[in-house]
Amino acid sequence: MTATDAPDRPSGEPPAEHLTMGIDPYERNWMRVSILILAVFFAVVTIGGFAMGFQVSGVSGEVDPRTLAQSEPWANPGLREVAPGEYEAYVVAQAWTFNPRVLEVPVGSKVTIYVTSSDLQHGFKVTDTNINMQIVPGQVSKLVYTFDTVGEFPYLCTEYCGKGHATMYGTVKVVADSGESASGTNGSATTAVNSSSGATTEASR
Amino acid sequence: MTVLDQPDPQAPLAPARQAAPARELTPEERRFVGWHLIVAISALMVGSLMGPLQAFEYSGVNLYPYIEPIIHSYYQGLTIHGVLNALVWTTFFIVGFTNLTTIRGLQRPLSHPWINKIGFWVMVVGLLTAAVPLLGNAATVLYTFYAPLKASWAFYLGLTLVVVGSWIEGLGFYLTLWAWRKEHRGVRSPFIALGGIINAAMWQIATLGLAASILTMLLPWSLGLIDGVDPELSRTYFWFTGHPLVYFWLLPAYVSWYGMLPHQAGGKLFSDSLARLAFWMFLLVSVPVGFHHQFVDPGVPQTWKWIHAGLTYSVFFPSTLTAFTVIASLEYAARKRGGTGLIGWVRQLPWTDPSVAAQLLAAILFMFGGIGGLTNASYNLNLVIHNTAWVPGHFHLTVASAVTLSFIGITYWMVPYLMGKKLWGPRVALVQAWVWFVGMIIFSNAMHVLGLLGAPRRTPLGEATYVPEAWNGNLLRVSIGGAILLVAVILYGLVMIRTAFGPKVAPEEVPSVPIAESIRHPQLTPVWLDRFKPWLLAAAVLLVIAYGPQLVDQILNMHLNAPGTSFTPW
Repeated sequence: MTATDAPDRPSGEPPAEHLTMGIDPYERNWMRVSILILAVFFAVVTIGGFAMGFQVSGVSGEVDPRTLAQSEPWANPGLREVAPGEYEAYVVAQAWTFNPRVLEVPVGSKVTIYVTSSDLQHGFKVTDTNINMQIVPGQVSKLVYTFDTVGEFPYLCTEYCGKGHATMYGTVKVVADSGESASGTNGSATTAVNSSSGATTEASR
Repeated sequence: MTVLDQPDPQAPLAPARQAAPARELTPEERRFVGWHLIVAISALMVGSLMGPLQAFEYSGVNLYPYIEPIIHSYYQGLTIHGVLNALVWTTFFIVGFTNLTTIRGLQRPLSHPWINKIGFWVMVVGLLTAAVPLLGNAATVLYTFYAPLKASWAFYLGLTLVVVGSWIEGLGFYLTLWAWRKEHRGVRSPFIALGGIINAAMWQIATLGLAASILTMLLPWSLGLIDGVDPELSRTYFWFTGHPLVYFWLLPAYVSWYGMLPHQAGGKLFSDSLARLAFWMFLLVSVPVGFHHQFVDPGVPQTWKWIHAGLTYSVFFPSTLTAFTVIASLEYAARKRGGTGLIGWVRQLPWTDPSVAAQLLAAILFMFGGIGGLTNASYNLNLVIHNTAWVPGHFHLTVASAVTLSFIGITYWMVPYLMGKKLWGPRVALVQAWVWFVGMIIFSNAMHVLGLLGAPRRTPLGEATYVPEAWNGNLLRVSIGGAILLVAVILYGLVMIRTAFGPKVAPEEVPSVPIAESIRHPQLTPVWLDRFKPWLLAAAVLLVIAYGPQLVDQILNMHLNAPGTSFTPW
């Protein structure tokens, strides 16, 4: 029978010196080790995030989803080269497509990706990269990433957005540099192509 | 040399005497708790039948067209699965179980049983209100109902009523504890009662976010009173509730692991004071951690995400305490039963008792779930798995195993106790727990791997247009795991139905409520581990510091400019 089973047990405080946590020495060490492990983990993600550039998205501006189609740069989404080897990509997510559906960049390009939504929440995760963003109407999501490997990297909608959700994706095509600049000093040799809304790329020049 | 070789600390108090026989629940109280379980278990059965349909879809076997007149799509099935299993089964079970732990723990009736009755019926009305649009495909918004997916107003109203009903029942618990304390000044509150009531208090703080979201935006919007919502603000509100929600599910399982399971295993609770400390820490740090669900969100500064990452690590700490105390309690039990060896004692636990086995297996799966959860909490590491199949893989180890399999284990003594019966087919029940365990390992492991490969969560991957061949083996394993889990669900339904409709048995054959004595007398636990006031105050202060500035900023900059789609998107 426990104390809980003895409501008639005499009440009253035991002598104060007996009122302790009564922590077993093994458990005390376990608590210390637990705290140490958690502190080390926290230090690692902090250094990785704030000193080494493995950073999550933050606040990157707001838009009005109702007038997105009339407001630059969202009226003309696509890829713009802002400096040699550096690009900005503007992507609009809407049920159930990304605009544009292809982003083609030369290998080694540093791309700042901006995404917003004109209707519902969506997700934007580029496979095999650290690019992973929630896309929320009214908000701009932004991450910077350098594509160092040639290949195709699908970007999938990772948030449920209705019946076409499972067909909503696009592709980052990272292509070999056309040759004249192995060092990547002259990325402009490769035209920033954007096959589904290519005209917009020129428009931004 | 193990922890448990030391003799029991000498209690300066006389050991509690064999007092008057324990006050068991009256027939009326048993019926009242039983009604909660009927709703809960029915929800679990219906909701769980949807699960395998999703799992089969992953390998291209889409059965939804065959049940078209009832369920219209994968997503409607998924919504029903999430709402019934994660919200209805859990909430009704937890409130019913907390009635039992309060009444039996305090050995007194509820001080105002009519309050709890009202609370229960408000919950039922809420459930029925939400069920209409759910079944009518008018609320296929998944159980996170991310705005601006717009469900029928009845869905939001129904959810609100379920939550309000649980608040009303919570009020009944506080008043009962208050009455007990007036009758027992200077006595530590019995642990199982205190644990359940701390959980109720945490839930009331946590659900303020959900209430704000529904009452200020979603309900008026779905009624056409406002044109749009602020989706990012609704996310912040949602996750204010959404993460403590998982502790609301988990803490009743902890009540059982700390306060009941040791007794079922033939032992005692290893540390009364640390059990209480763990619960108070959950009250303190369960809520201000929501931004770790928003690591990839726009509109929330990195600093706040990082602060919540740190707080999420700190809420992991009471779970490491739990791991130690629960395992030490079980070791104590096993050694009393003749267990030896560094880990060989595990074999001496009563593995043939289905209630014990289910909870032990649940706890084993929870270790993996907890470790995976640390990955989710890890700020930038989260980028690898956010919104991927890893996440449902994770929470099928936590809510669908640690919580649900533990609750199933609890029903293996609780339903017979409430109904005055014997458990039908204890062997079947034992097999059920193992089948669940095996199915969940296969399912969950495959989901975790798919997530690492980049597969999005809650997406019908069987029909998705981008699935590479490399995923196929894992998609098949998801389906196999789902099939095994379907067997476990059917076995559970069988055991429950046969038990409920079995004959009444003699009182001595009916299981009693297992209550674990603690090794050290609870009166030796410091008073501050038995008082609500300091902990509630600390929780409020921490909440204001950790949520206040960002929440106020988002509210002041609110733009109700997202109307959603002009068509029904599902």
